[in-house]
Amino acid sequence: MPRSTPEIPNASMADIAFLLLTFFLVTTTIANDRGLSILLPPPPDPNAKQDEVKIQERNMFKIQVNSSDALLVEGEPMDDVSGLKDMIKAFVLNNGRDPNSSDNPEKAIVSYKTDRGTSHARFVQILDIIQAAYYDIYAERASVTNAKFREAASDLSDPQNKEIYDRGREGIPMNISIAEPTKVGG
Amino acid sequence: MSKFKKKTQVKQDIPTSSMPDVVFMLLFFFMVTTELRQTSIEVKQNIPKATQLRKLQRKSLVTNLYIGEPIKKDQYGTEPKIQANDVFIEPKDIVLWVNREKDKLSEAERDQLTVSLKVDKEAKRGLIADVETELRKANSRKLLYTTLEDDKKN
Repeated sequence: MPRSTPEIPNASMADIAFLLLTFFLVTTTIANDRGLSILLPPPPDPNAKQDEVKIQERNMFKIQVNSSDALLVEGEPMDDVSGLKDMIKAFVLNNGRDPNSSDNPEKAIVSYKTDRGTSHARFVQILDIIQAAYYDIYAERASVTNAKFREAASDLSDPQNKEIYDRGREGIPMNISIAEPTKVGG
Repeated sequence: MSKFKKKTQVKQDIPTSSMPDVVFMLLFFFMVTTELRQTSIEVKQNIPKATQLRKLQRKSLVTNLYIGEPIKKDQYGTEPKIQANDVFIEPKDIVLWVNREKDKLSEAERDQLTVSLKVDKEAKRGLIADVETELRKANSRKLLYTTLEDDKKN
């Protein structure tokens, strides 16, 4: 007589699975470690003499935002920010052609000044545009897409990524100067 | 005699009545042993959006500062505050806090500490600038403004 094969009851399998699922859903925090990365300047040295660093007017691209989030680009008010990225790109890559724009990318500085009353949302929006201009330039030089370049820049331990990163950035440092905010609002 | 035929079939089912108990025990075990979240965020966190995001590679080197309007307004007021771990701190405490965070890392990695600023959209630039000044004093210069991915093309 053939013996019936022993079976493990699996009716509660679904319950267990759902339980585990719920457990992981609750405990897992989706870490959001993405954002705009910047490097702060070194701490001010109190012993160092305050010698004025002379930067030529033509090598500065001035962006100012006031306490009511209004934008001033090179002294001109600007309402629509869609053209700002191309302006910055043209400024950085001028290479001395236009006498009112930068000498070369290494000297070009994008100066970004806000007020204490500027909202963080506006600050991030403009910083995003400035960085987009630089990343577009880098990506084009490394002949990859913008997203691919940023991905490569995030992990320089891979030699292939390092190569893309170096190719893009060579000779064009990301000179974004975020100035101490003015004290009108906030 | 054949009336009392001996049963050959043996019952082979595993008893399942204790299954819920086992499952609940497992659940309780995990509930007790798992640290759910290290911190509960006590400030408003409406994170702005941006397109040029960079991902951080080493999560162990990241430490968070939350800035925004306190959720418990009647207790802490409506002025944006800085939350580090579980407490509200003032900008002047940041140097101390950074040094304490650095102590948690191994010697070689201390200068690689990245501070991730999770700032509410409505927070003012003034407070954040104060935080940045303190971070510079603490020589912790790697900074990340945490943002969400903006899907629309610009």
